[in-house]
Amino acid sequence: MDQQGLRDIEYRCIQEEQPACQAACPLHVDVRKFMALVRAGDMAGARKILDRTLPLPTVLGRVCDHPCQPHCIRSPIDASLAIGGLERTVINATGPAAKPLSMPGKGKRAAVMGGDVSALTVAWDLGKKGYGVDVYLAGEAAGGHLLTLATLLPPGALAAELDIMGRMNVAFHPGQRLDRAAFERFCTEYDAVYVEMLDTNFLSLGREGVDALTLGLPGHDGVFCGGFVAPGQPLSAISLAGEGRKAAVSMDRYLAGVSVTASREREGACPTRLFTNTEGVIPIPAVAPAEAAAGLTPAEAGTEAARCLDCQCLECVKSCAYLARYKGYPKVYARQIYNNLSIVQGSRSFNQMINSCTMCGLCTELCPEDFSMADLTLAARRDMVSRDKMPLSAHEFALEDMAFSQSDRFTLLRHAPGETASAHLFYPGCMLGGDPAASVAGVYAFLRETLPGGVALGLACCGAPAWWAGRQDLAEAAMAQFREAWEGLGRPRLVMACASCQATFARMAPEVPTISLWRVFLEETGLPQSRGALPAGPVAVHDSCTSRYDAESQAAVRAILGSLGVDVAELALSGRRTECCGFGGLQANAHPELAATVIARRAAESPHDFIATCSMCRDRLAGTGKRAYHLLDLLFPGGSGDPAARPDPGFSYRHEARARLKRTLLETVWREPQSPETPPAVRLVIPDAVRRVMEARHVLDTDVARTIAHAEATGRKFTDKATGRHLAGFATARVTYWALYELIDGAAHIHAAYSHRMNVSGVDRQEG
Amino acid sequence: MNDTPIYLPESGDWQCAACGQDLVPAPVGVTYLQGGFTITLMTCPACHLSLVPEFLAVGKMFEVEQLLEDK
Repeated sequence: MDQQGLRDIEYRCIQEEQPACQAACPLHVDVRKFMALVRAGDMAGARKILDRTLPLPTVLGRVCDHPCQPHCIRSPIDASLAIGGLERTVINATGPAAKPLSMPGKGKRAAVMGGDVSALTVAWDLGKKGYGVDVYLAGEAAGGHLLTLATLLPPGALAAELDIMGRMNVAFHPGQRLDRAAFERFCTEYDAVYVEMLDTNFLSLGREGVDALTLGLPGHDGVFCGGFVAPGQPLSAISLAGEGRKAAVSMDRYLAGVSVTASREREGACPTRLFTNTEGVIPIPAVAPAEAAAGLTPAEAGTEAARCLDCQCLECVKSCAYLARYKGYPKVYARQIYNNLSIVQGSRSFNQMINSCTMCGLCTELCPEDFSMADLTLAARRDMVSRDKMPLSAHEFALEDMAFSQSDRFTLLRHAPGETASAHLFYPGCMLGGDPAASVAGVYAFLRETLPGGVALGLACCGAPAWWAGRQDLAEAAMAQFREAWEGLGRPRLVMACASCQATFARMAPEVPTISLWRVFLEETGLPQSRGALPAGPVAVHDSCTSRYDAESQAAVRAILGSLGVDVAELALSGRRTECCGFGGLQANAHPELAATVIARRAAESPHDFIATCSMCRDRLAGTGKRAYHLLDLLFPGGSGDPAARPDPGFSYRHEARARLKRTLLETVWREPQSPETPPAVRLVIPDAVRRVMEARHVLDTDVARTIAHAEATGRKFTDKATGRHLAGFATARVTYWALYELIDGAAHIHAAYSHRMNVSGVDRQEG
Repeated sequence: MNDTPIYLPESGDWQCAACGQDLVPAPVGVTYLQGGFTITLMTCPACHLSLVPEFLAVGKMFEVEQLLEDK
């Protein structure tokens, strides 16, 4: 990602775009903040917002013709905020005009020809910046059309602001002839000149005669013109001020010798891309002042300002615990990630943030501009991997789990017994294969009975964890390994029980035809006769995030439930807008605590039992204590007991279950007797509470068993003289595992297990 | 004089099972990635087997591992 790439990515996030009111204001008053302060009754604070932006604030704040108001997004719901009225209330409720902080004199001088709002704005802005300004007036008093607005302006208000300008290096020269001769003279006597075209047009100039971006007069360096009046249009004080501001910016830049044209796109009223969701906004009528002539009282103003929606986008952040966690929004995150990747020396404090995205794609669905955190974090992870900057601990556990699934312990790709050709290949995926209660064998038998043309079996890993980890090398190797076997089987169509695998194939091997198991049930084979216990009430369907774009499969799941007579109470976020369970993107590895928040939040979205079509989603939902079925539980009842109440089997059981599944299938389907399982060197007894801690720490039973076996074989352990318990540590290539245990009748009862990655010189290491 | 941080087990009266010796505090080298420190752990005076307490492994050590990984 280079600077331009970063800007392209940042541009997609619209959270920093101005709200409609502010964008429509020629001076871009921060209306949101103003409203918040008025709502809070902080009139002085609100006044500061106006003082910061408006020239002659006690005048302009009263006469502003508020072109912002029709743009208020409340307008179609009830009524626009009374932005203009609130400005007047704030000005009336706060003190008289006050001199703004102005910069020390710069030694350069500007002439301003004219005295209406655009000319006064130029003089105000330049005076504030430390330029000496001479304002030349045709009449006797400055103010132009403001002098006709007596109903809005109390007596003395304009005079007070003009007096302040006098203290900001601005001098007024009334009764002047404003003609070409004077203009020519000013051009030689002053460093810059502003001509207000409102009352005098000795230059015979229309708006098209000046540069639209800078208001510069072609052929006259340092001369700027504004205050053009469209015939028949009423004068707009704030638009004139906008034009004056534009000219003042040009003159300041010209006088400072910097680019007059750079970065000026957002000056004046401009369009905005900010999206604000107004769904569910309750209509509230605008507050009418008790005394119309007096305007809104401060109390009434507070009530009116409370109608402000404080327009924000945050569509993605509202629905994503990950995006909310880091207190920003994608545009900020893009910058932080870019900076994180650019660090040469020092701490990369956003590594965990980069590795915690589930890459589920929900943000892209919710974003009006299709911002993709998944693309951003994947690119960042790949970058970190390529430069050897990926923290070891972020994904190692998941990659080792993947290696297990790719090993001979689980992988099995072959034709059905007695077949030499296969039109289909049943691909349950390693997570369903790791569910001890799932009836992979039952589904396989059913598919073989019902699908013509032969059904091969494919126990394998699709490589999704490697993809998520930014390990493109491993992901491609996994796919290459599979592709070779698949070609050997005659390129059968894959019937897939796992949406993540299916999405991985679509991405990495689009030539491999795939279809979800659910569509096959619905469209090809019909449902099996067998039935598990059906849920008592309606169920919430949790679509896997990786099935987001597979509407047909999602529909098939609902159709299957419908034909089983199970009612579906849809989650607010489902289908194309479904949420991740926290396993996606390896979030649960990189940030277990956040992943726990993610799934707890999901589980709380419905009072009903959940149905998932992914084993990992089901297990994670079950891990929160939520009742959760796998769809197959209803069609192919497996284990005994209530399937929705079965707990998350955990990592160790999943390994065992995968290995056992392969052995069972080889024995029962292919009639290949398996040698008896090697009994474990040490029998472990692990209480549930200890197991939960081990799961959270990613300590497997095999890790504990290895440590204890070493300790018992060598005697290299510690013994607590008081309790007789043993403590042993044993380092593998990268991680040292410790077990606190006691031996009872030859079994090791585990009291605690933990690990660290640091190498400690006084701890035994595994050789090789 | 040994002025390295000392991490003693929070409970237990530990002995080296192989040597039958009571443990004594001793300096031990710990390394990870580009980082290396010396800390004091309970260690067998005979065979120099060291005891890493649970609170150290999941606490300070974990923190330092993360810091070094983010370097």
